[in-house]
Amino acid sequence: MSAGFARALRAEWTKFRTVRGWVLGTLAAALLVPLLGVIGASASSASCDKAGVEVACPEPPLGPDGRAVRDEFFFVHRTLDGDGSITVRLASMSGIITYPPPDHDRIVPGLVPWAKAGVIVKDGTEPGSSYAAVMVTGEHGVRMQHDYTGDVAGRPGGAPRWLRLVRAGPLLTGYESADGQEWAEVGTARLPGLPERVEIGLFAASPGDLTVKQSDLGGIIEQARFTETTARFEQVEVEGAASGEWRHTDVGATPGIAPGEIHHPGHAEKSGDGFTVTGSGDIAPAGTDSGMPVELTLTGVLFALVAVVVVAVLYVTAEYRRGLVRTTLAATPRRGRVLAAKAVVIGAVVFAAGLAACAVTVPVGKRLLRGDGNYVLPVPALTELRVIAGVAALLALAAVLALALGVLFRRSAAAVVTALALILLPHVLAVVSVLPVGLSLWLLRVTPAAGFAVQQSIPEYPQVLDLYVPQAGYYPLPPWAGLAVLGGYAALALGLAAVRLNRGDV
Amino acid sequence: MSRALRAEWTKLRTLRGTGWLLLLAVVLTVAVGAVLAATLTCPWGRCTRDSVRLAFGGLQVSQACVALLAVLAVGGEYGSGMIATTLTAIPRRGRMLAAKAAVVAGLSAVAAVVGVLGSALAARLILPGTGYPVPSPVDGPTVRAAAGSVLYLVLVALLAVGIAMAVRDSGVSIAVVLGLLYLFPLLASLVTDPGWHRFLWSLAPMNAGLAVQTTVNVASLPIGPWAGLGVLAAWAAAALLGGWLLLRARD
Repeated sequence: MSAGFARALRAEWTKFRTVRGWVLGTLAAALLVPLLGVIGASASSASCDKAGVEVACPEPPLGPDGRAVRDEFFFVHRTLDGDGSITVRLASMSGIITYPPPDHDRIVPGLVPWAKAGVIVKDGTEPGSSYAAVMVTGEHGVRMQHDYTGDVAGRPGGAPRWLRLVRAGPLLTGYESADGQEWAEVGTARLPGLPERVEIGLFAASPGDLTVKQSDLGGIIEQARFTETTARFEQVEVEGAASGEWRHTDVGATPGIAPGEIHHPGHAEKSGDGFTVTGSGDIAPAGTDSGMPVELTLTGVLFALVAVVVVAVLYVTAEYRRGLVRTTLAATPRRGRVLAAKAVVIGAVVFAAGLAACAVTVPVGKRLLRGDGNYVLPVPALTELRVIAGVAALLALAAVLALALGVLFRRSAAAVVTALALILLPHVLAVVSVLPVGLSLWLLRVTPAAGFAVQQSIPEYPQVLDLYVPQAGYYPLPPWAGLAVLGGYAALALGLAAVRLNRGDV
Repeated sequence: MSRALRAEWTKLRTLRGTGWLLLLAVVLTVAVGAVLAATLTCPWGRCTRDSVRLAFGGLQVSQACVALLAVLAVGGEYGSGMIATTLTAIPRRGRMLAAKAAVVAGLSAVAAVVGVLGSALAARLILPGTGYPVPSPVDGPTVRAAAGSVLYLVLVALLAVGIAMAVRDSGVSIAVVLGLLYLFPLLASLVTDPGWHRFLWSLAPMNAGLAVQTTVNVASLPIGPWAGLGVLAAWAAAALLGGWLLLRARD
């Protein structure tokens, strides 16, 4: 850093901290985040009804990586010690779908796209335990999946199909074949936590289908509909040290209303040298419909953003209004240097304030939400850190963009409106209003509002049927890519501001 | 009063940007409404969306232009110190505020009428073929939505005049107006209790005011169309009253 820039930086920092309104505005922005986070968290409570009695809601199981998962399927299995394999012929797959659109009034035969049946090796029958499986799906061909998030595509097409899963230590390899003679490898999975003794067998699952309606009040109404799949397995062969009889387990079954009863139970029957297995549910990562994502505690950031934009704009337009800018530019004739110093000061101040605000709000909000009976989806510590630091960076970049707009417009009202229309408006329209989903996704890709993607803590998975829309907390761009779009806009505006500052008189 | 009106009209007319802002408001109303109408689909053969509300949906964006115009009409004078001259010429503050509000409201009404008519025309061109009925000038709810949209934009302008009078700095006042319009609805979504949710929803000036555009399932709204517009009118009246009281008390 040159001495001149250091001097400009010090001058701009002194200006910022001696104007009461700017410091108060930044403080207000920082306080709005925890304040609204606490209000929102206290105003949300959840409880579930069981036979007319309020009880704590059941929580989803946790997968090997600590994230919430769905793990419901019907399992026909034996115990396997050490290495071994299972080979079957999946002769047919059929299913039912309840009350599909447009009339929502009939039960029809059919398979949903991600209905799945095949062979699986699993660390016991507890929901959430480690597994690897080779399967045939309703419409996505043969897949090899493991530990809830892993998914490798095999060849397209459905039953009949031969499937084989081989276990060698922690390594699982899946194969498929059309005729049982020529085998093709689908994929391999490494399950580091897999013990010597595992359960090996056949499974069937079918995720609930979704009906989505856009609400006239803004937002969406989502209905999950029960579906079920029945798979006929033939010529089941297990190699290796398999022990015991074939056992049946309804993994992750939802208890019914009466004691001991099971809601929508699966079942299996022995038929010749195989089984017919019927199951419902899914083996997949849980989405935001299973609980609240941590970023829900940061709603106050939108309000803080308004305050930050105003402070950043006034930080430069106030100089134009009072004519101070002439003094500033006389003191530092290299105008780009003044702009850079201002951008660094406002960016750093807002980042620090935002970081402090988010670092307090996320843990406190989480605790309050949990205290009210809400289930907050667990995320790895690094993801939580990314959400906190990313939102602080979002505020800082928004401030820099607003500052540059202030230089471009020289008038505070026009700059504030433009900044809010660019950053806030697309996000608000996409998330709470009645815009069509396609348009919302497009807005969140190309406008500076794309930066809000950085707060998404629950990733989107192509192999899971879920409602991946902004209203449910999913953004179309990956977290850092979204922030990069905002950063690009800020850099562009800063560049234009530098040009304008160098060209124009003041 | 007519002199005050003429003075305000001259000031606003000669203010750089007034014409551009009004033009932008009209263009945004029509363009955004046309895009929304063009995205209408009938999933599974059911045309359940409110096509009229979407066709007039451009107001959700263009209201920002009108608010900016209103804020500049007031805040610009404070910024340049012109306000001292204005108040010397028209010492009755209430009269000055009324003249300002009337001129801004009039200009907004013109932009709103042009924008709403343009949106209706665009919808008549776009909607045939989508399965939705084209908006008709003899259909009661459609006429209510159109007339209500014009009133909505005027009330937003008045709300902005009041807030700008109270806050004085144009940058801060436009932030307050936009925050009130766009972020208040978020407060409602923070609350899960259904009673409170509906209450906060119908208190939000944008939600409540735009209820007047609804033509489908009106009964399911937390607040009726005209009552909703009344909520916005109450906000605007409160802002103007506050602005007037502060104006009288200060400088």
